[in-house]
Amino acid sequence: MLSIENLHVAIEDKEILKGISLDVNPGEIHAIMGPNGSGKSTLSHVLSGKAGYQVTTGKITYKGLNLTAMEPEIRAREGIFLAFQYPVEIPGVSNIYLLKAALNSIRKHQGLDEVDAIDFLSIVKEKTRLLEMDEKFLYRAINEGFSSGEKKRNEILQMAVLEPLLCILDETDSGLDIDALKIVAAGINSLRTAQRSFVMITHYQRLLDYVKPDFVHVLAHGRIVKSGGPELALELESKGYGWVEEQAA
Amino acid sequence: MNNGIQAKNYSAEYQNIAEVLPGQQLNWLTAQREAAFEKFSTQGFPSPREEEWRYTNVSALEKKQFAVLAGAEESRLDEQLLADHTLQDAWVMVIVDGHFKAELSVLQDLPETVTVCSMTEALHRHPEQVQAGLGTTLAGQEHGFIHFNTAWFSGGLFLHVPEHTVLQKPLQIIQVTTREAALITTRSLLLIDAHAQAEVIETYIGNAGISYLLSAVNEVLIAENAQLTLTKIQDETDKAYHFGGTYVKQARDARLLQHSFSFGALLARNEIHCDLQQAAECELNGLYLGRKRQLIDNHTRINHLQPNARSRETYKGILDQRARGVFQGRVLVCEDAQKTDSDMQNRNLLLSDDAEVDTKPQLEIYADDVKCAHGVTVGQLDEQSVFYLQSRCVDATTARNILTFAFANEMVDKVAWQSLRQLLLKLLLHRFPQTGMRKEWLS
Repeated sequence: MLSIENLHVAIEDKEILKGISLDVNPGEIHAIMGPNGSGKSTLSHVLSGKAGYQVTTGKITYKGLNLTAMEPEIRAREGIFLAFQYPVEIPGVSNIYLLKAALNSIRKHQGLDEVDAIDFLSIVKEKTRLLEMDEKFLYRAINEGFSSGEKKRNEILQMAVLEPLLCILDETDSGLDIDALKIVAAGINSLRTAQRSFVMITHYQRLLDYVKPDFVHVLAHGRIVKSGGPELALELESKGYGWVEEQAA
Repeated sequence: MNNGIQAKNYSAEYQNIAEVLPGQQLNWLTAQREAAFEKFSTQGFPSPREEEWRYTNVSALEKKQFAVLAGAEESRLDEQLLADHTLQDAWVMVIVDGHFKAELSVLQDLPETVTVCSMTEALHRHPEQVQAGLGTTLAGQEHGFIHFNTAWFSGGLFLHVPEHTVLQKPLQIIQVTTREAALITTRSLLLIDAHAQAEVIETYIGNAGISYLLSAVNEVLIAENAQLTLTKIQDETDKAYHFGGTYVKQARDARLLQHSFSFGALLARNEIHCDLQQAAECELNGLYLGRKRQLIDNHTRINHLQPNARSRETYKGILDQRARGVFQGRVLVCEDAQKTDSDMQNRNLLLSDDAEVDTKPQLEIYADDVKCAHGVTVGQLDEQSVFYLQSRCVDATTARNILTFAFANEMVDKVAWQSLRQLLLKLLLHRFPQTGMRKEWLS
């Protein structure tokens, strides 16, 4: 589904990613771990198409399409979803407005009619219950005045409604207390299917206690320095990142 | 002082209209008018040399020769325009070219103790009440437009809500101007007695394409523990001149909630001044949207006269093309006004390189135990927000439209009366580039 080959990325001529290769097949969950400044967030931004990053070498293909040539909204309509590390507050636009606008853009892109208003509401309300959110949230401005945990839950709610194929979760566990973490993890797990893939970027292992990855990759200094199964995350948790960085050096 | 913009044409014409102005039988009023005319003849209209008018040049008024037009029967009312701005679930008072139109108004079922009528009628039927209030909020207001308004006013609204009376729905005052080159001058008096509650919506509209001069002064007295919500919708033609001022005195524990929506004229000046007695509260919200060569000037002043009063002010502007916005916000905290709690914010969005905003928040504090904050921003749309919307499938152009709309809609959201919010939403959508904006998704 997603294939990253020898990806080099720079911001204003400073190289951040220095040759990353990664294949994500349908239904797989990949965890990308690593110390601060290793390039984890850069990877998520490049995959979702944020401006300001130059892909200097390498390529990214998604469903056989050249991803780097696509605008962020086209990627989103093709099924890529980025759950933000810091979801943006947008006063004046309600959550439900954005959900409806987004869902209908996807449907239009797929050649489908707009979603029926009543169907839409019942889908959204069902997902709201899944994430143990008050329905009133839907009518509030996007993330405005939300706690850190509420913002993250709102990201997962959007993901649940839009049903993407590739979910990129950027430090979704940061800023969550243990109860909120469990709810968010349950939300993610409920979205697991044989077709849907996840790339979870995280600094800590604790999210992986609740969402079990198929693969764990360690990113350091812009490269993947070690890959393994879920046990690698546990090893990192007990030993820290120092030893992998040394091994790689 | 004689550094104003001379207004000889207006002064010369005054002699012809003075004797048909309402309230001729009232000596006190005639005296007020004469004194005001005297001052206006010497001072003229305010000039940019005056600090409070630095950014707003009104010299075009003298060249244009707007005139009081006789005969309301000549009005050319655009019924669709009126309908588009009328609330269905409010009491409505329609004033066409400065004249109250009973047949277009809806004032049934008002509580019997409440008085709502035209200023002309009030001067006949309730002269003592008018006399007790008229001019009392204007002490110290010495600029030419105030004198002009006092001398010239020929209409307006009189509202009296007696003690402990709560109006269950808003009263909408719609001022429609229908004739080219008209000069419309209104003075309204709003008396909200102790523990009473009311909501008033002023709406200013004009027939497409016409040029006119409108001067509207509101005097508002809110007694102890009373509450007034005052919304102003100013949605006039690209050639109109609008000078509106609301001057409020709030007694102890009185509350004022103001929403001002200024879609502009060629030149629109919106003033609001509030005097706060002990523990009074005022919240001033404003939104101004300028395009083409419009100039929208907002001038606010909050005087904290006594302790424990609270004021909140948020004005937002969106300026496009060659439009210019002005925000002058002044908060005065007097020596006695300890424990004042005040916050003033002005946020501006410039959509074009040629748009401009002059913003000047001023705090003048003479007490030592107060909490006063203010902030100003002038900028473009936040790129991080644009990307967030793009990552949710929205194309960049639509994302920008949504964010621009949202910036404005935040002020509409503060309005509690639902049909009014819907009306404002409609006006906003009409005003903005609509690519991808969908009203049915908004509410």
